[in-house]
Amino acid sequence: MAHAADAAHADHHDHHLPSFWRRWFYSTNHKDIGTLYMIFGFTAGIVGGLLSIGMRLELQEPGLQFFSNPQAFNVFVTGHGLIMVFFMVMPTLIGGFGNWFIPLMIGAPDMAFPRMNNISFWLTVSAFALMLCSLFVEGAPGSLGFGGGWTVYPPLSTVGHPGPALDFGIFALHLAGAASILGAINFITTILNMRAPGMTLHKMPLFAWAMLVTAFLLLLSLPVLAGAITMLLTDRNFGTTFFDPSGGGDPVLYQHLFWFFGHPEVYIMILPAFGIVSHIISTFSKKPIFGYLGMAYAMVAIGVVGFVVWAHHMYTVGLSLQTQAYFVFATMVIAVPTGVKIFSWIATMWGGSIRFTAAMQWAVGFVFLFTVGGVTGVVLANAPVDRYMHDTYYVVAHFHYVLSLGAVFVIFAGMYYWFPKITGYVMPEWIGKLHFWVAFIGSNVLFFPMHFLGLSGMPRRYADYPDAFAGWNMVSSIGAYIFFAGLFIFMFGVVYAFIRKEKAADNPWGEGATTLEWTLSSPPPYHQFETLPRVIDTGH
Amino acid sequence: MAENPHIQRKMNRTAFACVGLVAGMVGLAYASVPLYDLFCKVTGFGGTPVAVDNNGSQVLDRTISVRFDSNVAPGLNWRFSPETPEVKVKLGETTTVLYKVTNKGDRPSTGIATYNVQPDLAGTYFSKLECFCFTEQTLQPGETLESAVVFYVDPRLVQDRDVKDLSSITLSYTYFPSKGGKPVAEVTSSTTPIAQ
Repeated sequence: MAHAADAAHADHHDHHLPSFWRRWFYSTNHKDIGTLYMIFGFTAGIVGGLLSIGMRLELQEPGLQFFSNPQAFNVFVTGHGLIMVFFMVMPTLIGGFGNWFIPLMIGAPDMAFPRMNNISFWLTVSAFALMLCSLFVEGAPGSLGFGGGWTVYPPLSTVGHPGPALDFGIFALHLAGAASILGAINFITTILNMRAPGMTLHKMPLFAWAMLVTAFLLLLSLPVLAGAITMLLTDRNFGTTFFDPSGGGDPVLYQHLFWFFGHPEVYIMILPAFGIVSHIISTFSKKPIFGYLGMAYAMVAIGVVGFVVWAHHMYTVGLSLQTQAYFVFATMVIAVPTGVKIFSWIATMWGGSIRFTAAMQWAVGFVFLFTVGGVTGVVLANAPVDRYMHDTYYVVAHFHYVLSLGAVFVIFAGMYYWFPKITGYVMPEWIGKLHFWVAFIGSNVLFFPMHFLGLSGMPRRYADYPDAFAGWNMVSSIGAYIFFAGLFIFMFGVVYAFIRKEKAADNPWGEGATTLEWTLSSPPPYHQFETLPRVIDTGH
Repeated sequence: MAENPHIQRKMNRTAFACVGLVAGMVGLAYASVPLYDLFCKVTGFGGTPVAVDNNGSQVLDRTISVRFDSNVAPGLNWRFSPETPEVKVKLGETTTVLYKVTNKGDRPSTGIATYNVQPDLAGTYFSKLECFCFTEQTLQPGETLESAVVFYVDPRLVQDRDVKDLSSITLSYTYFPSKGGKPVAEVTSSTTPIAQ
């Protein structure tokens, strides 16, 4: 991509670090906030992961062993979904990697509105606290927590859960949504106005492109979710009838509003991952990314088309044949820009001087597994097939291949890629590689059998199942334990690197790593780019 | 962050544009409620029968059966039934059917009726000239009320690929207890745990 002429000099005058409390609680520094987001996302991920381990313990064998109350299982499912989407993937990819590397990559001293950045982070933490409260107050009569799934469809979320659990959940989503909207405004302003001299939009690193598109998706979709759940809140508490047929409302309207947010949301989770993977593959193939402009505009296309495909989540609500045909077609169209990206990654590797470092293994693993999830997505896009698969484990397998094995694999790829830059320490490569193979085997053992379960008709969101489904559920549960064990390898790696204190070079990855963050020291100075770098060369 | 006032101005402009976008999307989310309602009424989407003033259509020689379904939501001690479970009508023929509703309880109570057509896609062709719906109805103990539904099935049905071979349409009415602005938690009287 772009080489910086004189990026790292003039960063030497005294940066006196603020005290611990001021640095981490009043922080306005984009790198510190990024670090906070990563720690927060990892913590929330452990909570969400433990909920899913609870689910797999229950589903390991037919019958009820772990939960005496099946509604508690539903609460675990709901909590797992909401926590993983709003408090693990989004904070880590957008808040964590975005805050850390967007200013570095575009040659800016910090984010446009540093104090707003701080507000975003602490709103997210408050939202998570509310979400956890929701698990411990009454939802459905006689049991704790909200158990209606992350989609929160009425009427189960209105008359089905009269207790305050969902009200806590709605407020949590309000806060998390507000935090994300503020964050998105910050990213857009930063990227549009604070690029280094000479860095035009068409020379901008792909991760910055990914974050720009993601921020616009957030800005357009989250307000719709906020509106929909506010209507739900007033339906529940103030007697409005937006979604209540007794007053002329329609529950299906909620589904339209939710999925108008929900579908762009899945691209919000995966686009930053697309950006990160592009950099990793380019770095370790020692080649510029193949088809840079195509890659950038493929993300724009995915973002735009992502807004007009929402009803493919709703094939079974009674849409007319023509409407279904349109949504099948529009959904299929998304496979085109996604295919452009997959093939461009492969073309980048083609003929490259490839080094299979830990980060590269995770990135290649992502390309492979995301493609598997993409293919099952194309299967499910067909309305007649979806009639059969709707709400079965096939759908669960599909979206975990694109999110759990897609977005989460990239989170780890990014961690191993940027670990030396973030901490200034080297993590031994074998740790990341061992973690990769444990996670790769674990996650495939976990999610691949779900295709078979779904094809034979096992429905989602039940604590129990007929004996016929026993075998593959046992396999799937074993996979979950393997995947979870992999997290301990990662935690060990982080601790080990901090104990070993082997200093990382400014650019440990060699000439393939061309983005501006590698021109700075590892870790970067507390304030960087006080003299703006000038982009003089374009590598594409 | 940037000291340059020019850049600062540009940044503020970008931020305000973003805020405007967010406000606009919130507005659209709320505007979608009346718009969706209007859309359903105009197109019959989701089984919403079309309300019309008069029947100007031709009567075709094709008959279709129209079934009548009636429900009373929990919390309302009423009996509610149509005078006949099913009629066979010619397409385009205006028909009147009476529904009878009785308050079985010993207290006056208020209900509100809503309706829907199944299959959803037939909603467009189920044209109502007169109906009782969305108006609150208070019945004294033991009081009985008869309400009429005047309708015809639009003959354009035979031109719609999706529903032209339909043999029957169901009109479903439900009486809900009037919430009178009371929130769900207070209206839901059932406190039986749903768990085992």
